[in-house]
Amino acid sequence: MAEAHPVGFQWVVEAKNRGAKVIHVDPRFTRTSALAHTYLPVRAGADIAFLGGVINYILSNEKDFREYVVAYTNASMLVSEDFQDTEDLDGLFSGYDSELNTYDQGSWQYAGQQDEGQEEGESHADRETASGLEQESHGPPIPADVPRDPTLQDPRCVYQVLKRHYARYTPEVVERLCGVPQEKFLEVCEAWTANSGRERTTALVYSVGWTQHSVGVQYIRAGAIIQLLLGNMGRPGGGVMALRGHASIQGSTDIPTLFNLLPGYLPMPHFQQHQTFDQWIDAIRHPEQSGFWANAKSYAVSLLKSYWGDAATEENDYGYGWMPRLTGDHGTYQQVLDMIDGKIKGYFLLGQNPAVGSAHGKAQRLGMANLDWLVVRDLYMIESATFWKNGPEIATGEIVPEECKTEVFFMPAASHAEKEGTFTQTQRMLQWREKAVEPPGEARSELWFFYHLGRKIKERLAGSTRPRDEGVLNLAWDYPVHGELSEPSGEDVLKEINGYDLTTGKLLSTFTEMKPDGSTSGGCWIYTGVYQDGVNQAARRKPGSEQNYVALEWGWVWPANRRTLYNRASADPDGKPWSERKKYVWWDAEKGEWVGDDVPDFEKTKPPSYRPPEGASGVEAISGDDAFIMQGDGKGWLYAPSGLIDGPMPTHYEPAESVFRNPLYGQQANPTRKVYERSDNLTNPSPPEKHSEVFPYVFSTSRLTEHHTAGGMSRQLAYLSELQPEMFVEVSPELAAERGLEHMGWAHMVTARAAIEARVMVTDRLTPLRIDGRVVHQLWMPYHWGSEGLVTGDSANDLIGITLDPNVLIQESKVGTCDIQPGRRPTGPELLTYVQGYRDRAGLTPGHHTPIETPRDADDGQQ
Amino acid sequence: MKPIIQVVCEARAGPVRQAGSWVRVVIVGVKTWIEGWPVYRQLTGTDPLGRGAASQSPRSKALTARTETADRVAKSVCPYCAVGCGQRIFVKDEKVVQIEGDPDSPISRGRLCPKGSASLSLVTSDRRQQKVLYRRPYGTDWEELDLDTAMDMITDRVLAARDATWQDADDDGRPLNRTLGISSLGGATLDNEENYLIKKLFTAIGAIQIENQARI
Repeated sequence: MAEAHPVGFQWVVEAKNRGAKVIHVDPRFTRTSALAHTYLPVRAGADIAFLGGVINYILSNEKDFREYVVAYTNASMLVSEDFQDTEDLDGLFSGYDSELNTYDQGSWQYAGQQDEGQEEGESHADRETASGLEQESHGPPIPADVPRDPTLQDPRCVYQVLKRHYARYTPEVVERLCGVPQEKFLEVCEAWTANSGRERTTALVYSVGWTQHSVGVQYIRAGAIIQLLLGNMGRPGGGVMALRGHASIQGSTDIPTLFNLLPGYLPMPHFQQHQTFDQWIDAIRHPEQSGFWANAKSYAVSLLKSYWGDAATEENDYGYGWMPRLTGDHGTYQQVLDMIDGKIKGYFLLGQNPAVGSAHGKAQRLGMANLDWLVVRDLYMIESATFWKNGPEIATGEIVPEECKTEVFFMPAASHAEKEGTFTQTQRMLQWREKAVEPPGEARSELWFFYHLGRKIKERLAGSTRPRDEGVLNLAWDYPVHGELSEPSGEDVLKEINGYDLTTGKLLSTFTEMKPDGSTSGGCWIYTGVYQDGVNQAARRKPGSEQNYVALEWGWVWPANRRTLYNRASADPDGKPWSERKKYVWWDAEKGEWVGDDVPDFEKTKPPSYRPPEGASGVEAISGDDAFIMQGDGKGWLYAPSGLIDGPMPTHYEPAESVFRNPLYGQQANPTRKVYERSDNLTNPSPPEKHSEVFPYVFSTSRLTEHHTAGGMSRQLAYLSELQPEMFVEVSPELAAERGLEHMGWAHMVTARAAIEARVMVTDRLTPLRIDGRVVHQLWMPYHWGSEGLVTGDSANDLIGITLDPNVLIQESKVGTCDIQPGRRPTGPELLTYVQGYRDRAGLTPGHHTPIETPRDADDGQQ
Repeated sequence: MKPIIQVVCEARAGPVRQAGSWVRVVIVGVKTWIEGWPVYRQLTGTDPLGRGAASQSPRSKALTARTETADRVAKSVCPYCAVGCGQRIFVKDEKVVQIEGDPDSPISRGRLCPKGSASLSLVTSDRRQQKVLYRRPYGTDWEELDLDTAMDMITDRVLAARDATWQDADDDGRPLNRTLGISSLGGATLDNEENYLIKKLFTAIGAIQIENQARI
């Protein structure tokens, strides 16, 4: 955090100065470690073993915050008798389908609801469309009425199921899998539990070190389970804090430029599941379910009204028929492979540099070299615009400029100072930026580019009677333009996003004003309220020094300017603060409403004593003590009966590339991970396959303070380039001795995809760890370098292959295996021969197949 | 030595030339000289750490910060990571002259990291591309192209790719209404308003392969 989010880290230091204990767990010692009280080096890719160990410590010592757990989590709910655990099935949950590599989730459900679960076919479709991501703003579907045992003694209740699942994750196992000494691990467990409860809360902070794994979602789930067990959710100083890495990556998820989502986490229509408008709506709102998602029709119709204006009517299902349909995986990695296969004609890159920043750089560049046309919009010349003359494949002969057909348009872009608009930062806060100056030369904003592109497309299609053009011609695209550059107004667009009452023309103040009858519009329901009372709330700048620490009058946070989600949980079931010290939001009986420092995350006048009437659904079905109002059952989930492709509870699997056989289960790696088995996307062998010793080391990558992602915004700047001038690799003194690596000398790293070179930094920041009875060396690299800019070098992402988390289709790029050798890598065509040599030695010959299901008893038969 | 000479010279320029006055001027000069000494000012003034007024030379005292002479200040936000630090962008003669942390921000309290501090260079560097560039198929170098022509060419190509790859329905007649011939990647560095228009336009023309860094 101190390295990649230094200014955010000031609050950790602030907390430390006030007596907080800071613990840092990371494969590499960083500036964060230097300021922490306790630093624990761990093996990359074994975090669920570590976190599962913490869960086991909490449950076996009954350290959970019992009143919170009983009231606000699903601990007491009974799980189906048919459910079988990984502990029973050697690493698989019940319902596994060996052909589709996915689960029939029926047996994972609560008791009596076995018919509700996803069948394996649906589960497969959900994996293809990353449907887990749709749950960012709400819980997955689940009926509310569930048998419970508030004493938590029933062996089928979630609490007991969880306890059995993690019973084997003992401190000994944590030491064996993660390389953390038991006493150090117990110190963390004791500190975390002692600092949680009525009087105290603990915050958990993570970043991409958790998301970029084949079990990334389950890492975060494991953190959430701990925080729920200890009563740290919805309370001040608690929570699970994701440190995201781009100025508006949260915004681009909320108002998604993502294939499977529409604004506000509405799903993109699927050709099979959402053939009709009603099927689409019902799939979102789940008519029998409780919670705010029941009003989905209002959100969906309002979006379609924003898209198609007057042309969207009840008679034509508000234009639903004009929407394109998904049939499967259309994610960025599938696209890149389709580019290599010649299926894609044109590609837009909008402030993104996949030639350096995405996994498997060679696949990215070869894909781009096989397009008809490419449009690159950026501030500076980036590698993704010059792959045809300056990429690594030029030297190897894999790309020859005279033979590369791709037509490339480089369109200079406006910077953040040259346009007005909002970024949504990592705590869901929208902050309006004023425009300082006009963009230079031919640089233009994306707002300009897409408005005028749309205008020209509409002009070109004018008069068409083809059905496919109806949606384009009816599109509401009348944005007034201003100034010499004919720039649309960001405020106009933000107002459209906020939404209007179409009968009065007034801006909406909250999404509860949205109607399902076409009388309201709104381009992203969770952002409704950013123009509350007709005022741009995101532009508010009341100084922090003039407000309390919640600072409600700085910017605007979705939903409804609420800073901490699920903050109903900061009060006890009766609505009283858990303690004076941790007072945040509570029930004021005299006023008959919820009050406090934050906007209450609960219906303002619903008392804690409210119980829903028989047969209630939707918002009415939320009980006065259901703090987790977006969940179908109102509870925080220790156990996820649906919504996850790879299982209801996090389970330790080895990374897709590992030097160890999974010590806990026969099942080696995530059995539902998304793989693309192709000769141009080989995976290094892992046990039980033979030849894993060809790639004997574990590597990870991350950011430097002085550079940003693929370097387009930092390797072009003189100060930053001077501060960090060269690509390097960090190794421990022990690994340096083992491989003959010299400090400041050259080394090269090799995987089945590539060999890259870097300067060697021999440092104690990396420590050899003893794992499962033997020593493992880890090495670390920054991933910022490429062939353009003031400072250039090989790209770490070239080493990485494409294997994805099944829930969200994010690649495993924070852990892999490799070899490291002293000296520079070969150049020219020899480089290809050199990497091929490794593939041959690793048994990655044509027809090679990486096994997905790996029962222990089949180990002897593996090649 | 510089301050005393200066003071004496100033005194000489005065109207009084009597002997007694010379002595007084020299004494005043010594006093001024001592008071002008940074250590003295540091020990006796309001700047005990010697990082502000005490260490200021007459030259630096005479300087004026770009932030003071700016024509206007735009309230902005750092474009790098997702912490969302407040920035103040100082503009003079329609040029960005300085970018500083916004002390009002309850998120950042005026601080910026090395990258945020370098954002003046990000915006004003002469390495920034300001011209549309075009690489024709099988070309070996860039060519210049004017913006309007490029926009027209891109419009042509989008429509051609869409038509060449259009899918009305699947084999069972279920609507697809889309093209798989067009891809897009990017958005995490862009504004919400921009992402909104991007998704709206691409959805309307049937392009679904729209992705950004959140998938990576």
